[in-house]
Amino acid sequence: MTITTMPTARPEREAGAVSLRGKLQDALPKIVLAPSFAAVLVFVYGFILWTIYLSFTNSKTFPSYVLTDSRAYQRLWTWTFQSDPPSSWYTSITNLGIFGVLYIGVCLALGLLLAILLDQKIRGEGVLRPIYLYPMALSFIVTGVAWKWFLDPGLGLERTLHEWGFTSFHFDWIKNKDRVIYTVVIAGVWQASGFVMAMFLAGLRGIDGEILKAAQIDGATPVATYRRIVIPMLRPIFLSAFIVLAHMAIKSYDLVVALTSGGPGGSAWLPSNFMYEYTFKRNEMAVGSASAVIMLMTITAIIVPYLYSELRETNR
Amino acid sequence: MSAAATTRTGGGSSLANRIVIYGLLLLFALVYLIPLFVMLVTSFKSMDEIQSGNMLALPQSPSFDAWARAWGETCVGLTCAGIKGYFWNSIKMVVPAVLISTILGSLNGYVLTKWRFRGHKLVFGLMLFACFIPFQAVLLPMATILGALGRFGADLESATGWNWGFGNPTVNLVIVHVIYGLGFTTLFFRNYYEAFPTELIRAAQVDGASFFQIFRRILLPNSAPIFVVTVIYQFTNIWNDFLFASAYAGSGDVMPMTVALNNVVNTSTGVVEYNVNMAAAIIAALPTLLVYVVAGRYFVRGLMAGAVKG
Repeated sequence: MTITTMPTARPEREAGAVSLRGKLQDALPKIVLAPSFAAVLVFVYGFILWTIYLSFTNSKTFPSYVLTDSRAYQRLWTWTFQSDPPSSWYTSITNLGIFGVLYIGVCLALGLLLAILLDQKIRGEGVLRPIYLYPMALSFIVTGVAWKWFLDPGLGLERTLHEWGFTSFHFDWIKNKDRVIYTVVIAGVWQASGFVMAMFLAGLRGIDGEILKAAQIDGATPVATYRRIVIPMLRPIFLSAFIVLAHMAIKSYDLVVALTSGGPGGSAWLPSNFMYEYTFKRNEMAVGSASAVIMLMTITAIIVPYLYSELRETNR
Repeated sequence: MSAAATTRTGGGSSLANRIVIYGLLLLFALVYLIPLFVMLVTSFKSMDEIQSGNMLALPQSPSFDAWARAWGETCVGLTCAGIKGYFWNSIKMVVPAVLISTILGSLNGYVLTKWRFRGHKLVFGLMLFACFIPFQAVLLPMATILGALGRFGADLESATGWNWGFGNPTVNLVIVHVIYGLGFTTLFFRNYYEAFPTELIRAAQVDGASFFQIFRRILLPNSAPIFVVTVIYQFTNIWNDFLFASAYAGSGDVMPMTVALNNVVNTSTGVVEYNVNMAAAIIAALPTLLVYVVAGRYFVRGLMAGAVKG
């Protein structure tokens, strides 16, 4: 990337003209920042506008730049209520609802539980913590491959339990179009809950021990101490973890692909899969763009208030 | 850390409580380990053993056959030369993308904290929000631009005999990952430099040190931890990326590792060689796992820095 070296070279070259050099020195910080900021403006915000524009055209396989109307959104709107037989869009958004609620809820609950358990002066914490956390280092693709094998009725868990004598055990969710989204939840929780645990653990370690001691002297039971004092103090962590998980849930794409290949008849799709399939496989670029815009607006509604409050806080 | 940990709930000292706590922790540890364990043992088994035996059983005669096949022979799409080429594709993409985005991020963080100008907050806010957008919202325009770059490269090639990197899928992915990683790297460095004493910078300025001298002599020597955090974060993210990889380098010899692995596993021709699939998956996971084992502490810190606050 040549852009970064350019500002370094310039002041030396123009060393002769003192005032010019001084001006350049003043402008240098902005010159250094400019390429990155310009790239973000063009490739993020410009491209978002471009996608919005495309969603109001009748682009099919190739982008078309003739504005039509909000046809793509109207189709998505109709599909939103088409539940029998479910449209792909209906499946995608209901799946996102199921996935989002369970993924966020279970990750938060499990992460908090593990963090509290680990915070009880545990011997071997240094061994246990990395075990809970390592899935976060794996890609969704590897996670998907591992769980696909593990949940396959003919190869994985079901067969193993049959061999151990539990012949009535039946678990074929990964092949069941009504249940497949729950397998995505299982793999997703496995991958992300350790990270949530680490966040909560950091929060717990930041709580002043004196407060706990005071509660103990006042006769509070451990459960009450946690419920009334500790967990309310972890509120900011809940918020951060919620933001991270929500935005990961809405962006989730790879896990569905690797774990289920989309599920039977596309029954495991999330909106991100819908967008990819409609844009690149079904040649409905306008509809794909419209779904991307809806995803963006959902994330924006969650993130912007959060960022706004965070940035304001650092002001003080 | 340890001081706060000494007085916890108090009541948890009875033996029964300890047994329950350790029992739960070990049970969860087992659950978290099982998928990796199954992958590992499966990759060392023969196909016969996989089909007849228990998935949790240790391999009877462990062999590296599946690993060798995954690395050098297995079929990815129509070519059967193993995943080694794709592994190198990923390396060639990850190394420059991580370096460039990290260096730019450190410069941006330096400017945004120590050389503030009017509107610096808006600039940072806009870059920060860019971290969170669903990439689906920029996927298509980027594909169009990369297509145009590719045509430009082809013209250059017919004119000069070399495409100068235009249209090369690896170069494309490096560009994409640098651009969409900038928000995160800038965020990391900005938060880190925010806490760095500004008086030192001002003092150096009074002594006549220039913008880059201050950066090189004062900030860089003190930035090792945040560089490690950022490099690990970017490395993990870019290595594990699938969406951009499948959209812009989704077929042929140019696929990065994640896309190739997905193709190996979902290939529909012939007998599915589970042991080879598992070996390929572990190979694909190895670099990030290794980074995690070597520098796990920083890894966690990076994840949190990305998660908590602006």
